[in-house]
Amino acid sequence: MIKFFLMVNKQGQTRLSKYYEHVDINKRTLLETEVIKSCLSRSNEQCSFIEYKDFKLIYRQYAALFIVVGVNDTENEMAIYEFIHNFVEVLDEYFSRVVIMNYRNVEMTPESIILLFFYLRLMGTKYN
Amino acid sequence: MPAVSKGDGMRGLAVFISDIRNCKSKEAEIKRINKELANIRSKFKGDKALDGYSKKKYVCKLLFIFLLGHDIDFGHMEAVNLLSSNKYTEKQIGYLFISVLVNSNSELIRLINNAIKNDLASRNPTFMCLALHCIANVGSREMGEAFAADIPRILVAGDSMDSVKQSAALCLLRLYKASPDLVPMGEWTARVVHLLNDQHMGVVTAAVSLITCLCKKNPDDFKTCISLAVSRLSRIVSSASTDLQDYTYYFVPAPWLSVKLLRLLQCYPPPEDAAVKGRLVECLETVLNKAQEPPKSKKVQHSNAKNAILFETISLIIHYDSEPNLLVRACNQLGQFLQHRETNLRYLALESMCTLASSEFSHEAVKTHIDTVINALKTERDVSVRQRAADLLYAMCDRSNAKQIVSEMLRYLETADYAIREEIVLKVAILAEKYAVDYSWYVDTILNLIRIAGDYVSEEVWYRVLQIVTNRDDVQGYAAKTVFEALQAPACHENMVKVGGYILGEFGNLIAGDPRSSPPVQFSLLHSKFHLCSVATRALLLSTYIKFINLFPETKATIQGVLRAGSQLRNADVELQQRAVEYLTLSSVASTDVLATVLEEMPPFPERESSILAKLKRKKGPGAGSALDDGRRDPSSNDINGGVEPTPSTVSTPSPSADLLGLRAAPPPAAPPAPASAGNLLVDVFDGPAAQPSLGPTPEEAFLSPGPEDIGPPIPEADELLNKFVCKNNGVLFENQLLQIGVKSEFRQNLGRMYLFYGNKTSVQFQNFSPTVVHPGDLQTQLAVQTKRVAAQVDGGAQVQQVLNIECLRDFLTPPLLSVRFRYGGAPQSLTLKLPVTINKFFQPTEMAAQDFFQRWKQLSLPQQEAQKIFKANHPMDAEVTKAKLLGFGSALLDNVDPNPENFVGAGIIQTKALQVGCLLRLEPNAQAQMYRLTLRTSKEPVSRHLCELLAQQF
Repeated sequence: MIKFFLMVNKQGQTRLSKYYEHVDINKRTLLETEVIKSCLSRSNEQCSFIEYKDFKLIYRQYAALFIVVGVNDTENEMAIYEFIHNFVEVLDEYFSRVVIMNYRNVEMTPESIILLFFYLRLMGTKYN
Repeated sequence: MPAVSKGDGMRGLAVFISDIRNCKSKEAEIKRINKELANIRSKFKGDKALDGYSKKKYVCKLLFIFLLGHDIDFGHMEAVNLLSSNKYTEKQIGYLFISVLVNSNSELIRLINNAIKNDLASRNPTFMCLALHCIANVGSREMGEAFAADIPRILVAGDSMDSVKQSAALCLLRLYKASPDLVPMGEWTARVVHLLNDQHMGVVTAAVSLITCLCKKNPDDFKTCISLAVSRLSRIVSSASTDLQDYTYYFVPAPWLSVKLLRLLQCYPPPEDAAVKGRLVECLETVLNKAQEPPKSKKVQHSNAKNAILFETISLIIHYDSEPNLLVRACNQLGQFLQHRETNLRYLALESMCTLASSEFSHEAVKTHIDTVINALKTERDVSVRQRAADLLYAMCDRSNAKQIVSEMLRYLETADYAIREEIVLKVAILAEKYAVDYSWYVDTILNLIRIAGDYVSEEVWYRVLQIVTNRDDVQGYAAKTVFEALQAPACHENMVKVGGYILGEFGNLIAGDPRSSPPVQFSLLHSKFHLCSVATRALLLSTYIKFINLFPETKATIQGVLRAGSQLRNADVELQQRAVEYLTLSSVASTDVLATVLEEMPPFPERESSILAKLKRKKGPGAGSALDDGRRDPSSNDINGGVEPTPSTVSTPSPSADLLGLRAAPPPAAPPAPASAGNLLVDVFDGPAAQPSLGPTPEEAFLSPGPEDIGPPIPEADELLNKFVCKNNGVLFENQLLQIGVKSEFRQNLGRMYLFYGNKTSVQFQNFSPTVVHPGDLQTQLAVQTKRVAAQVDGGAQVQQVLNIECLRDFLTPPLLSVRFRYGGAPQSLTLKLPVTINKFFQPTEMAAQDFFQRWKQLSLPQQEAQKIFKANHPMDAEVTKAKLLGFGSALLDNVDPNPENFVGAGIIQTKALQVGCLLRLEPNAQAQMYRLTLRTSKEPVSRHLCELLAQQF
């Protein structure tokens, strides 16, 4: 089961987060910092799955953007790993070039920024 | 979702966003945002009614500001208005705002729920979907209560569109996960199962997710899903790579749906119906076959999706654990992955194989990959993969390969990552014990462990080696010789000194014949380590010394000299001092016979579950058991191995260091009571500590289970904390460095439910944690509070929840008290607060017309029915805030009653079990004087006064 979904840039800033289980706001910050740290410290030779506390992190890197999904023990890692890619493809198709997304420097129409946000909340027509 | 419409204007928004982007500094950005907020506020407040387009634009701007990380405290009403628009984009932005910035303001929730209700009933699929998404995104209990019953109906209705069904299934899933009690089971469940047959793959995917979650609780209700899932899976697996159009991902048909179906089947045992089972086995075989076929695409996405299905198929095969042929094929497939160039696949293969190793059908097949796995342990560059390899080696270990695996793991330990050393140590210790054929090998292994990774060898590990050496006399001489040699090393780990000290103290005589390890040599070797060791180890060594006096009388003078030295007799540490004094006296007053009896060799330890195994289980947590306690593979293990029983007990091993002589055990096994006349003194000496534990509860413990009477007075801030909750139901009630208490409550009529959340802010466990609710004075007859017990331990950083059911029997004036007691680091803590339950919580708002209001106001004209207070404003006088507070207080707010629009008028009924009290209130602010006049009229005098007091403190 997916616990949370994060988009984080290389500087370690959270760009988007969505939690599927209640987590306190201040705990989120702590969790995100730790999650990002463990992803950033890894190299290409290492696998895309990290055991973190009582769940697993599955991450993919797109240019300067990391997408990290936290799942519990029973999830199929490979399915989630590919799901991240599917998700990015969908966003790419819809918003074009979202992977280098950074609200401040990429030209997106104003509505699409908001819609992107909306979309993330409705995420997963194919998976969830 | 419609395409992004670039021409739809909202120029203002575009300008604003580009302004923000062009801001050179944070300050400039904040300034620009504040300017915009002021602008939006004035637009919203202005006289001119805004059209839908402008509302949408401003709400979008607010959302964008929120996205940038600023708080938004207005605009909710305008967003709610957008919900009733008939234009998709306006409605959508309205819902978006509500989903993002949901507010528990009760009036708004009612409006929102109303809008949702309309949309759900609208038969416009797009609107229905928006409403369903909103419910799912908010997912609150209130929304659940309002809609949980409607959604199943929409889900199974014959005329619902596919997209609506899909959204309804996911929405229901979300509500069920949030509050399972709200979702009613019933006739619809059978029809949900049939959604697996739906034409639309999106509906099927959503339905599988829902069923997988629901069937965990009521497996029998959903049993029919097995055959439907199998036939659906079979159709997908056998379809051509392009049959499913949109649901084909890089030439793999519906990979995620397949994974989900396979996951659903893992909720059940293998199908009983032979035809269904045959079809399923065929599917599983097809998946395994396809893995061998040449890929249809070179793209990595293709193989990833294919492998996701493959791994889930293998999981199902392992779950069934009944088809030897499939298990072996799965193992061979994973074996190929072990050498794959993709790290991810190697990782997953190691992980899956670990579970395969515990099946009797595939254990042998897994074992054939031992060399590859050992190689992975040595060469993998990723610690997580290495750890998987170590896990797998542990799982595939049996008597035939134990020596090889243990030696490889020991070798790995020298370079292992710090993070996993302790676990490897435990695993090596367990394997060495379990598969020991000769005990000298076992002793060597454990001593090697201590030598290589002494810091990571926990107490359990070295206690265990002592237990085994004590219980097996064929290994004692070898153990003594080996530790003696190990201690020769110039720098040896303290754990080695402990093991060495204990073993030589017990069995040093077995090697004393060799002049190279004569008693004086043994003693001086041990004593050379003494001064570098910790107190605990020194205490253990002192016990070894007194045992030496018994074993080797020739060392007596030397040892007495050591014991007598000032550094021992006057040691600052009580334990060391006591041991030195007692052992010195013992050695000088007791006869040789007595000494021999007292210092006899330790009796064998009772057999029990290996404490190391218990520790590993604890480390892994529940659920990991199956891979670990593979006792079934090796039922005929010999006696030390036989100690492994998969019992859940976590009995602690007696600690040899603290209890070497059985001093504190009652009865002391090595010290029979008063064996001789000289024994009296000894018995006195030894009886002291033995008697202590049997004393009754210490005063402190007695203090921890208080009667209701003896709780302390409320803390000084209790009233202030209580006041914060008069107009709201949720928040943090109390917080200090140790503890945070949060409150969430809801009241209806004369009933209420309160959730208290106790958070341990420290990293230390709270013990004897007991929160109790006390009713002072007459309250017992006025208010019934039912509490559920909470766990007595609260782990560091953890939170426990307590549910309180409250019933208001009649009107009451004082709130109940909440007394919280616990031990933190041994010190008792106690705290008494006022529980935020005040009479106004049982208010039911009443709407009435001006005329009715005045009529009732006049009826309550007796002087004692009225309470009035004139007081100075403590907070800024803001009409909106005042309104919110009055609503939070519980009364209805009546517009157009008071001739002066500045004034507030409210009405409500206080519901108690015994009676109802009608209340009217009027609040007159005087902005010039910064004063308020508050008047309350109720049918009961104390209630009027009490409400007046409560409310007056809020402004």
